[in-house]
Amino acid sequence: MTLFRVFRGTRDGGGLHDYQVAATEGMVVLDAVHTIQAEQAPDLAVRWNCKAGKCGSCSAEINGKPKLMCMTRMSDYAPDETITVTPMKAFPVIKDLVTDVSWNYEVNKRIPSFQPRAPDFPDGTWRMYQFEVERPQEFRKCIECFLCQDVCHVLRTHDKHEQFMGPAMLVRAAVYEMHPLDEADRRDYLRHEGGIGFCNITKCCTEVCPESITITDNAIIPLKERVVDANYDPLAALWRKVTGKGK
Amino acid sequence: MAASDLKSHTYDVVVIGAGGAGLRAAIEASALKAKVALVCKSLLGKAHTVMAEGGAAAALGNVMGEDNWRVHFRDTMRGGKMHNNWRMAQIHAQEAPDRINELEAWGALFDRTPDGRINQRPFGGHTYSRLAHVGDRTGLEMIRVLQDKGVHSGIDVHMECTIVKLFVVGGKVAGALGYFRETGRFVLFKTSAIVLATGGIGKAWQITSNSWEYTGDGHALAYEAGAELIDMEFVQFHPTGMVWPPSVRGILVTEGVRGEGGVLKNSTGERFMFRYMPDMFKGDYADTEAESDAWVKGDRTKNRRPPELLTRDVVAKAITKEIAEGRGTEHGGVVLDIASKQSPDYIKKKLPSMYHQFKELAHVDITKDPMEIGPTTHYVMGGVKVDAETQESTVPGLYAAGEVGGGMHGANRLGGNSLSDLLVFGRRAGQYAAGKRGAAPAIPDAEVEQAMREALEPFEHAGENPFAVQSALQAIMQRDAGIIRDKAGLENALAELEKLKGRARKVGVTGSREYNPGWHTAIDLQSLLIVSEATARAALERTESRGGHTRSDHPDPDEKQAREQIVIKKEGGRMAVRREVQPPIPADLMALIKESV
Repeated sequence: MTLFRVFRGTRDGGGLHDYQVAATEGMVVLDAVHTIQAEQAPDLAVRWNCKAGKCGSCSAEINGKPKLMCMTRMSDYAPDETITVTPMKAFPVIKDLVTDVSWNYEVNKRIPSFQPRAPDFPDGTWRMYQFEVERPQEFRKCIECFLCQDVCHVLRTHDKHEQFMGPAMLVRAAVYEMHPLDEADRRDYLRHEGGIGFCNITKCCTEVCPESITITDNAIIPLKERVVDANYDPLAALWRKVTGKGK
Repeated sequence: MAASDLKSHTYDVVVIGAGGAGLRAAIEASALKAKVALVCKSLLGKAHTVMAEGGAAAALGNVMGEDNWRVHFRDTMRGGKMHNNWRMAQIHAQEAPDRINELEAWGALFDRTPDGRINQRPFGGHTYSRLAHVGDRTGLEMIRVLQDKGVHSGIDVHMECTIVKLFVVGGKVAGALGYFRETGRFVLFKTSAIVLATGGIGKAWQITSNSWEYTGDGHALAYEAGAELIDMEFVQFHPTGMVWPPSVRGILVTEGVRGEGGVLKNSTGERFMFRYMPDMFKGDYADTEAESDAWVKGDRTKNRRPPELLTRDVVAKAITKEIAEGRGTEHGGVVLDIASKQSPDYIKKKLPSMYHQFKELAHVDITKDPMEIGPTTHYVMGGVKVDAETQESTVPGLYAAGEVGGGMHGANRLGGNSLSDLLVFGRRAGQYAAGKRGAAPAIPDAEVEQAMREALEPFEHAGENPFAVQSALQAIMQRDAGIIRDKAGLENALAELEKLKGRARKVGVTGSREYNPGWHTAIDLQSLLIVSEATARAALERTESRGGHTRSDHPDPDEKQAREQIVIKKEGGRMAVRREVQPPIPADLMALIKESV
């Protein structure tokens, strides 16, 4: 039997409750939580969908580390180790392991949308090459688990949700910024409303990403460079003035 | 609670379900200036579409220029064992390319051909390389693109909201009642047009690739509203699900593994699929390993496809037979091997999430070692009977698109035809639902109050744990209404389901209404019971084997039943079953089906 300590509570507070679970071969933490739910606590709240690391619903903190419960095997822990499961800290608790992540959806809605260039051919299609799409394809691997938001100290410790969009939403913006067909300019949004300057490149987000997206190096730093170029490079500014080209 | 105190919204169109079909319907209705609500059981972007792996089938002809809608139509009809609604299969094949190109215009990043077009991969039952894809995470790409398009289209999204009842007044759609998971509070949507896009019923079986959401809500809501269900006996058991360790049993292994050259072997090391060629497909597939290998290596015009790429029903039954006859693996599966056919770099590039999934969950490196796989419940071909052009059900104002709609796939769905189905018919449902806008009939307060009372009943008494009843239901369906069925088993299933109805009425839940999974499961049980009974009744009625429906006591197809449909409808409080003959396939289309390519 393995001892699980699971947070039970609501917005108004709560605490850790102990449950014993018999581990079976290959069991993941989400299985254990489901076993507790089915046999001991039917009202234990948890989000999940695919149980295969593809939907990003079952994010939580396992022994303090932000993880997907469905991809965390119990065999990763010593047989006598207590496994503590708590909700993501960067978001308000709704109940038990379920947090209110609606803020992410609000931010996403405000990111300037995809604006493709005019089609390359009269039939309305474009040509793009694999080497061009590979970078934004990396960002599209994002499963919106929000673990990177959870671990980001700007959000987690300093609670700057009003001023900083967080790594997940920067990745979202990067999809379109680096999309070969896109012509929208998101630099002003990223600098002001998105607060990209708050990121000081500690790379915690990259480490925690279950999809192994190189969030800091491939998404955030190039976006920072674009924003900086737009604002502080006098040659680029002159070039824009002369040519009228935004990017 | 009185209905007058209830939070209510009025919309032109209410779309229930936010996978590909629901999102596409909502986008279309919104583009036609309808005021649209999109209601989803989970968070936005987590619907089942997100798990779709292999790709979306569309005869773009980017990889093999010989492809066109006629061949796609032919493949779909033959794959569906001639049971499909021919008009839906035709519309689907004709419109799928436009729907895929449209996704690109909305920001989708499909894998590319060397000349910069959308790349296409081969898949089971498709004559040509036809599946637009992004590695093995095509569904994620599609849902993200539709999600972003949707949220910038002014659609109101109601997340984590489960619909429990549709209201039909004077024979017309009037609205829907739901509850929010977060608060447990009810909400009333008043509308004259509802699009069901709730997906399937796979949670009725033990071994399934489907998530907790897939409890047949849309099928059950439509049935209770008086709509007809068709083809409920046709359930697709996907040939390749994970089998070990136990905790991952049923999780999908994409058909893309076989599309990229993976082979199936039994415990003696034999590539057994060569022995399972149905007459209908003789001549279309390679009959030697040498020819299969040459096809995998890229010479696709001179060589025929490997038999591992036969349609899903054929492959699933072959695997089941190998296991039953003692040639299975240690954990009751067979072997799927790509390591011996492709390089590690190629596998990681083309099948990254499969690599990740086996590495993390089974400690198997698929670039070095074979996978152990077995069939898993995956998809229901059956669903709400709809008009092929408009997707309207037999209840005016009620539409269904995607998996919850019936007819398109006949007795067996081809891989890749689901992602294109939901785009083609999602769009059509949204378009016609938007055209239906108008004043909705008033819903009598008493009906709303009764629906709320019924939903809250599990709180009223102590009773059995709803999870225990759900698990009993899954065990019955797995045993008696699984891949291989017979009369005695199906009759037993119906008797057992009858007992479960009694148990389900008496389940009790504890705790508050806020985010209470016990309560949610108690409510979902009502839908599961309806779809399970519908499946068992239809399976008992169809006395032949065809596509996804196999009867050991009627092992052969019966051509007289090929175009007969089992129709289920609620009549006088009971589930009535009848047969209906589908309209004949027009001669010009019949000629396409018979044509060899």
